Amino acid sequence: MPYDYRPYPYIAPPGLTAPEPRHRVVIVGAGPIGLAMALDLANYDVPSVILDDNDVVSVGSRAICWSKRSLEILDRLGVGAKVVEKGVTWKVGRTFHREAEVFNFDLLPEEGHKMPAFVNLQQYYVEEYLIEAVQANDLIDVRFKNTVTNVVQSADCAVVEIETPDGSYTLEADYLIACDGAKSPIRGMMGLDFKGELFEERFLIADIEMQADFPSERRFWFEPTFHPGQSALLHKQPDDIYRIDLQLGWDADPEEERKPENVIPRIEKVVGHRDFKLDWVSVYTFQCRRLERFVHDRVIFVGDSAHIVSPFGARGGNGGLQDVDALGWRLAAVLEQRAPPAILGDYDTERVHGAEENIMNSSRATKFMTPADGVEHLLRDQVLALAGKAPFARAWVNSGRLSVPCVYPSDGADDPALPRAARPGAVAPDAPWDNGWLLDALGGRAVVLAIGCEISEVSGAQVVSPPISQFVRERYLGDARSAVYLIRPDQVVAARWPYVDPASIDRAVAAMWRQ
Amino acid sequence: MALIETPNLDDHDGFYAELLAAHQGLSEDQSQALHAQLILILANHVGNRQVLSEALALARTCLD
Ligand SMILES: Cc1cc2nc3c(=O)[nH]c(=O)nc-3n(C[C@H](O)[C@H](O)[C@H](O)COP(=O)(O)OP(=O)(O)OC[C@H]3O[C@@H](n4cnc5c(N)ncnc54)[C@H](O)[C@@H]3O)c2cc1C
Repeated sequence: MPYDYRPYPYIAPPGLTAPEPRHRVVIVGAGPIGLAMALDLANYDVPSVILDDNDVVSVGSRAICWSKRSLEILDRLGVGAKVVEKGVTWKVGRTFHREAEVFNFDLLPEEGHKMPAFVNLQQYYVEEYLIEAVQANDLIDVRFKNTVTNVVQSADCAVVEIETPDGSYTLEADYLIACDGAKSPIRGMMGLDFKGELFEERFLIADIEMQADFPSERRFWFEPTFHPGQSALLHKQPDDIYRIDLQLGWDADPEEERKPENVIPRIEKVVGHRDFKLDWVSVYTFQCRRLERFVHDRVIFVGDSAHIVSPFGARGGNGGLQDVDALGWRLAAVLEQRAPPAILGDYDTERVHGAEENIMNSSRATKFMTPADGVEHLLRDQVLALAGKAPFARAWVNSGRLSVPCVYPSDGADDPALPRAARPGAVAPDAPWDNGWLLDALGGRAVVLAIGCEISEVSGAQVVSPPISQFVRERYLGDARSAVYLIRPDQVVAARWPYVDPASIDRAVAAMWRQ
Repeated sequence: MALIETPNLDDHDGFYAELLAAHQGLSEDQSQALHAQLILILANHVGNRQVLSEALALARTCLD
């Protein structure tokens, strides 16, 4: 069943008739990232206005793979359960060369996590759920058909010019968050460079509807017989929708390739029959680019406006949600004067680091898929040839390294005796706790986890003491008898100790808030 | 461990002869493919990132 696009109502904004009081936060763009940003800020009691030039959710499904970390973030925004319930859960990926499977991976081989490794769900559903949550939230004022036409900054605010069907008006905001997507008009208005690389390759991306008994797996082919010399990807989505990516070569004519009479025979070769309907077709050329800095005084870039990647690895939307997570608690603290504006520099540093990692991984995968003539092609082909015979070579086969959160550079207190996976800068690992989950007790505020020890009180953080289950032992203690973890509001480990040291906990809390 | 730059292989001449022999009957393209595979196989066997970087750098200096 194709998605039913229902336009959201446009309501004439108050600013058309009289100047509005200065807003704390104006978010430009009601894509997944802008919507998530508003919900995250609302969780910290910060109101915001969202402006979007459009009035429907994403046309075409675009992002389909949502990572475990995104699901954890969406969970705190109130839509995680819905996304998991509607989506197709998967964790196994299979990679083929010609006919033979050369490599497969299991993204979440261990038990004891609330969220699965990946859920496939069309971007329009994710946006629909986020918009529902936004509209139900009194702190958020979302305005459709409000196009931002200019942004200027003064010393203490950003001034936004907006066009509506009823004319134009102006808003002032303490902070403007640009979530206006890959083509970000705001980037252009501010004259900012978007540096990086374009891959000279075209991909046909199609969603088809068909009845099929296809397992919930990601399938990737190098040089399949049904699409000689190129690569292909197949993914299952809910509603009997399947995503197919086909590499076309740089010489392909995008206009021609988009035509159903050309698309249908190509897809017929992939699925082996003609019993399907085309839901959405597009031809893409992929790029990996980013802004040098994401924070520009009163204007902060988040999501695709700040960085874009090729989709192999699903690092675009997933990376953007991690931006949101890293910014919300800090911006709230700045607005409430609990932290100095310098703390926004930590958002910048961390997410530039994250974007670099995502760009590096996406570029490497794209290069492996689309090697240049000559030695690049030679090496790629020989990796594939070897992978059929020698297990070690399979590790080199790169059809996309799927999104995992980066570990932020951190100088938080650490003790190497504690498990490496939970080191400062990493997301705190989940674990079952009674009938719930450890991650549900973290996030939204600073937490001090006291494991196997007692702490009565920490100023500026809430003490949480989970019982020592097998999972907590493995993920937080290792061989240590006790451990204390300072966890940031975005569930990232800030610092940790194998014993209680009140003075250094206090110092770490202060450092986290840049006090 | 650093890249070994002094002789470290028994029967050098024998290995060299075997390397040449491995190319016998191959086209230029196949020889290239053989070399590429050899590099990948040996890189995995060496298993030390630092040594591989030094090896790449050394090979490169001979061409610059
Ligand atoms: C084929 C494809 C497959 C993908 N697959 C995945 C995947 O599997 N997983 C994943 O994580 N990511 C994936 N991505 C990436 C993902 O779609 C993007 O990262 C994501 O949409 C970024 O969200 P955003 O909110 O930053 O930007 P967008 O979704 O682009 O939203 C920007 C919003 O800003 C609005 N806007 C623009 N200009 C103005 C203006 N002047 N005034 C007001 N509003 C404005 C737009 O209307 C839009 O609503 C894929 C992308 C593509 C193209």
